[in-house]
Amino acid sequence: MSVPDFSLSCPLPIERYPQVLLAHGGGGKLMHGLIRDVFLKTFGGQAPGSPHDATVLKVAEGRIAFTTDSFVVRPLFFPGGDLGSLAVHGTVNDLAMAGARPVWLSAAFIIEEGLPMETLGRIVASMEQAARAANVTIVTGDTKVVEKGKGDSLFITTAGIGILESDQPIHPQSVRAGDAILVSGDVGRHGMAVMSVREGLEFESAIESDSAPVAEVVLALLSAGIEIHCLRDITRGGLTAVLNEIAEAVQLGISVDEAQIPVRDDVRAACEILGLDPLQVACEGRFVAFIPEKDVPRALEVMASFPLASAACRIGTVLTAPDPLVTIRSSIGAYRILDMPTGEQLPRIC
Amino acid sequence: MKFLDEYRDAEVAGRYLKEIERVTRHSWRLMEMCGGQTHAIVKFGIDELLPRGIELIHGPGCPVCVTPIEIIDKALEIAARPEVTFCSFGDMLRVPGSSRDLLWVKANGGQVRIVYSPLDAVKIAEQQTDRQVVFFAVGFETTAPATAMAVYQAAQRKITNFSMLVSHVLVPPAIEAILDSSDCQINGFLAAGHVCTVMGYEQYLPIAKRYRVPIVVTGFEPVDILQGILMCVQQLEQGRAVVENQYSRSVRLEGNVTARQLMNQVFQVVPRKWRGIGEIPRSGLGLRPEFASFDAEERFGVAQLRLEESSECQSGLVLRGKIKPADCPAFGARCTPEHPLGATMVSSEGACAAYYRYRRQPVAST
Repeated sequence: MSVPDFSLSCPLPIERYPQVLLAHGGGGKLMHGLIRDVFLKTFGGQAPGSPHDATVLKVAEGRIAFTTDSFVVRPLFFPGGDLGSLAVHGTVNDLAMAGARPVWLSAAFIIEEGLPMETLGRIVASMEQAARAANVTIVTGDTKVVEKGKGDSLFITTAGIGILESDQPIHPQSVRAGDAILVSGDVGRHGMAVMSVREGLEFESAIESDSAPVAEVVLALLSAGIEIHCLRDITRGGLTAVLNEIAEAVQLGISVDEAQIPVRDDVRAACEILGLDPLQVACEGRFVAFIPEKDVPRALEVMASFPLASAACRIGTVLTAPDPLVTIRSSIGAYRILDMPTGEQLPRIC
Repeated sequence: MKFLDEYRDAEVAGRYLKEIERVTRHSWRLMEMCGGQTHAIVKFGIDELLPRGIELIHGPGCPVCVTPIEIIDKALEIAARPEVTFCSFGDMLRVPGSSRDLLWVKANGGQVRIVYSPLDAVKIAEQQTDRQVVFFAVGFETTAPATAMAVYQAAQRKITNFSMLVSHVLVPPAIEAILDSSDCQINGFLAAGHVCTVMGYEQYLPIAKRYRVPIVVTGFEPVDILQGILMCVQQLEQGRAVVENQYSRSVRLEGNVTARQLMNQVFQVVPRKWRGIGEIPRSGLGLRPEFASFDAEERFGVAQLRLEESSECQSGLVLRGKIKPADCPAFGARCTPEHPLGATMVSSEGACAAYYRYRRQPVAST
């Protein structure tokens, strides 16, 4: 009779728990097992050194950008992405909007008891893939488990650090009257992708989210010598919110041309059906750039060389009027105000 | 995009505008009956492009806006019950009742869900057999066939935990009420294309004849609306007053016969209060006695609730076309989409909200 090797490993390995339990956040063996088998196993290869309370990172001289964002999406998986990839893209894109090269991320997870372990594993794997694609490393993290009913399956908060490689002051305050306004691609896709699966709306073909990291495009613009005055990624509130925020910040008017704003046919159709305005719908891989007129052709050329910005185009101009009003020229040639959205867009009756 | 771009074509719109300008010799006031048309007119700036003589008056065609405050309060009371899952179209959630709205109920633990079709509410009732599922049935003749189908299906499948708070309204009696008012200055109507898709336009023939007023059944895209205006102005300039159909790609004289039959099977014509206007006889739809068991007002004991509206809100005058939204002293000041005094400031189809979003100050056409 052979004697099996003596082993100190948990008698019930983490894989045997099909769901996350409250005990996985309790600080004991289960928590350490979860961290080791789910998080470190996925991210750990990239984490410098052994696990510790804080990660120590080495920075070059100069300036860094630092940002944080929390991510909540229902359903967790949607066409073109999931909560994990979103949590990476959202934060690296915020860094890119300051003109920084994203380098490090932290990730904090609030898990509702009962979340299938397999779901958590898929989200974490997706985060790792997204981080690798965006050239960032997830270097620190945290886990909390809350009771069933006290959270919506999974919330992720990421914070990010990026290195500034250019001295350009990319900020709303740098926007000048006469600046050209560019958008990096078609708008409204992420919001409609999520909405179409959320309530089981059935369209003939799935609308895929535009969720993607955009830092590469921004860095290419900077290294091409484009004088970027301001960048803003289009998220909640859509293009409309971005334009209003910038107009308000610099106290200048903005004029855009509806016919120039790219919106894909499937997104327009879904918005028409639901009575939503695509210009108020969120994106997760699109940004608006404010640059001087002289740099427009060169900037569009640089952006066109990236698949995710191949539909980039100019949509409007910053006016000299000292009145922070955003106006849009309608497709039939009349003008109207493009107002800041009021709360959440609600689908119309008919 | 097919079926959309051709009706938003700047060149075609320009041709219609020129033709309207050419045929217009007198001043005319036209009322568009549908909130969807009001929204498109203001969003695309159609009224700004029309010749001086043509004035568009925005009619009471937004279902959210005309739903009386007491129905909203009934909805709030039912939705707040712990056993109820309350299903509603999205834009009803922000409509203020006498003290709060459905979003408030939701934030305070009420189960309020946005649905896109009344049939979704029936599905929820089938899934949540331990809960009372209530659908908030508002809207004109356009949405009534779908709610009729929901009640019909629930009856067929013997779903007992489903009911409806019904506040359907009908367009032709509203047109007559406007024409009957002593100071009516409307010369012609653009009837609502989607309502007529369901109902046809036979009902409008006697109205056009009796009041000698042109009625043009009109669609919702800029080119549709411009063509509808042109047809209406041509009639007025020629001294004619008949019903014409601009929206012929969707509307037939008899309407959708199957949908009408189903509506007749489930609903009967009842008097209905209109927010800002008051009660109009034979202007609403209520459940027939054989479907009374699906009536949420009876099921939850709120049928007797009566309420009057705030006197500060002048939405009644706006809905009857007596004043433009900006003429109201509260407009843009005490009344905004964030803090609406009345329903016309809530829905994107409401005249006040449309003016606030797109017109709260003159926009330079540079």
